[in-house]
Amino acid sequence: MTDYNFAYLDEQTKRMIRRAILKGLAIPGYQVPFASREMPMPYGWGTGGVQVSAAVLTPEDTFKVIDQGADDTTNAVSIRRFFEKTAGVAVTEATTEASVIQTRHRIPEQSLRDDQILVYQVPIPEPLRFLEPSEVETRKMHSLEEYGLMHVKLYEDISQHGAIATSYAYPVKVEGRYVMDPSPIPKFDNPKLEMAGIQLFGAGREQRIYAIPPYTQVVSLDFEDYPFEASKADCACDLCGATDSYLDELIVDDEGGRMFMCSDTDYCANRRAAGHVGAQGVPAQGDAA
Amino acid sequence: MTPLLQVTDIAKFYGHRIGCKDVSFDLYPGEVMGIVGESGSGKSTLLNCLAGHLTPDQGQVNFDTRTDGLRDTVTMSEPERRMLSRTDWAFVHQHARDGLRMNVSAGGNVGERLMAVGARHYGDIRDSATDWLGRVEISADRVDDRPTAFSGGMQQRLQIARNLVTGPRLVFMDEPTGGLDVSVQARLLDLLRGLVREMNLSAIIVTHDLAVVRLLADRLMVMKDGHVVETGLTDQVLDDPQHGYTQLLVSSVLQV
Amino acid sequence: MINVENVSKSFTLHNQGAAVIPVMAEANLQVAAGECVALVGASGAGKSTLMRMIYGNYLAASGRIMIGDVDVAQAEPREILQLRRHVLGYVSQFLRVVPRVSTLDVVAEPLLATGTDRDAAHARAKTLLANLNIPERLWALSPTTFSGGEQQRVNIARGFAYDYPAMLLDEPTASLDAANREVVLQMIEAAKARGAAIIGIFHDDAARARVCDKEIDVTGFTPQAAA
Repeated sequence: MTDYNFAYLDEQTKRMIRRAILKGLAIPGYQVPFASREMPMPYGWGTGGVQVSAAVLTPEDTFKVIDQGADDTTNAVSIRRFFEKTAGVAVTEATTEASVIQTRHRIPEQSLRDDQILVYQVPIPEPLRFLEPSEVETRKMHSLEEYGLMHVKLYEDISQHGAIATSYAYPVKVEGRYVMDPSPIPKFDNPKLEMAGIQLFGAGREQRIYAIPPYTQVVSLDFEDYPFEASKADCACDLCGATDSYLDELIVDDEGGRMFMCSDTDYCANRRAAGHVGAQGVPAQGDAA
Repeated sequence: MTPLLQVTDIAKFYGHRIGCKDVSFDLYPGEVMGIVGESGSGKSTLLNCLAGHLTPDQGQVNFDTRTDGLRDTVTMSEPERRMLSRTDWAFVHQHARDGLRMNVSAGGNVGERLMAVGARHYGDIRDSATDWLGRVEISADRVDDRPTAFSGGMQQRLQIARNLVTGPRLVFMDEPTGGLDVSVQARLLDLLRGLVREMNLSAIIVTHDLAVVRLLADRLMVMKDGHVVETGLTDQVLDDPQHGYTQLLVSSVLQV
Repeated sequence: MINVENVSKSFTLHNQGAAVIPVMAEANLQVAAGECVALVGASGAGKSTLMRMIYGNYLAASGRIMIGDVDVAQAEPREILQLRRHVLGYVSQFLRVVPRVSTLDVVAEPLLATGTDRDAAHARAKTLLANLNIPERLWALSPTTFSGGEQQRVNIARGFAYDYPAMLLDEPTASLDAANREVVLQMIEAAKARGAAIIGIFHDDAARARVCDKEIDVTGFTPQAAA
């Protein structure tokens, strides 16, 4: 261990954050203000998610961090190392083995269990923000359930693009009450917001925490004649051949060559380990790293 | 006949200064009342008290609601009042940009009130928006343009469409023709007169332009220093003013 | 139908030393249905003032002005508006309209205001305009740009669009040529025949003699105290 308090934050702060989390779970989708702390990383790198993770981690936990589905990006690696160092918790890249998963912009393909917690990093928690700049007004709109404006945004989408073009941070209504920004996950992930695990959302700069308790109803907003669709690239993963996972597009050469592959690296690796091979993939050699 | 709006003894103070005081009147369905007076006379304060934008320090503003009859809008709960202002009330601002969402298309601006009361069918919303643009003489091919691309007169007409799409019964207007050039004013006045008649609207129009009230308002209320100094039939007040201030106001109008 | 009793009127000029100018006292006047009464008297004797008081445009200081069962001197604005919409018509010397509105709509407006449907109102307006010899090519234009005589005729068409039981006519034949004057006089006669009570101001002696049943000299209502 180190000289840091467990998981970096002091106990009082973690208690304060836990109270905000409990309040958030009690009022699904409601943005609870909290006294966000300075963290040893810049805003925009997941300071909200890190504080929530710090507050929920226990020494027995196994921790996983993904950034756009990947375990091996700078952001994910840094945060994983941060908690390895300050909390001494076990870390993993396997979704099924983790008890706490911090994520930026994705929900793992593997369904979560009721003993798992998913912590989201949130840049802008207020779904009404871009249409109504006043925080006083948006809070009033939430409290009075005046959500017509949210549909104005979708209306604008259809009028300009012929379809709802919002493809990420797609607004949802939680348990028939609060309209919520699910953080910038692709709308492909929206149906997965109804899950067995606990989902916690932390916005450090904006100082808000909100939550979705297990098995809570989460409905993506839409129009009767333009229903919600959880879309993704219409291809299979070139590495593992999966057709049911969210894909990243990768430009591979200067001639415009491209390939699609699972954004969830753990999911892709597991499939390859199980013998699935995509169009450009090579059979797994027994190492899934 | 019950009045649509029954205002009793409204007063609003800014510290020790009087915003408006002792204002009472009844407004009946289909009636258009003008409030005139110079800047600082309290007419805008009064309008904002009536429309629920300001809370008066005393008095009642009873509105004949569709479900429960006369209700005091000053003491009713905020959600109820906000619901009224999205459905049965409309507020036309002097500056269209105060009453429009400038970064949302014309169709979205008109559709917002429909979506606010639960409309969830894109095609229907768009059809009503297009229909309303037509009624305020904005061609259908501008439905996806933002108000920033519109002239001042068009912005004002768009604001009116956005307000009237839910079929309100009472319209508050704050200098609706202010800042528009005279030919645009005339067109807007004609449009408003037609809409008032066809929809049997009641309206309260605050303006300092006596020509506007002569053409639009059935009745007139003249304010000075926060007090109502004279009320009556519009042409009677303008042609045979009784109070010294009204006489001054009428005789100060430049003749063309 | 029209019953004016002991009406008086004075103007108080607050901005000119609060000078009080009494202009009328003890005015009395009765007009029965189907009757036309002419107001006569020298210029400034108070013909227009009396007529404006009857219309509710000027406030009477005292007395009663009964039109049917409404006392204009006491009525609320909305009662007077109701009266003007359904009972009391007025043809003034001046045309006051929203610029840009077509002549046809200007004439049809009193009918639309009483709930007549648009097509019927326009049909009636067209008949009136044609009778008053307003060329059809002008109907779609705003009357604000018309000549004085044309404006006058548009005003008359508007005033006669709805069959008011009581009518006030302020110089209806002034500035009209012989042919149009004849049309207007016939319209007045027709209104009398259907039972309208009419008060008119005519400087045209022959016209007055032809349509009016009696004359009231308003000089008799001049306040004696006036200097």
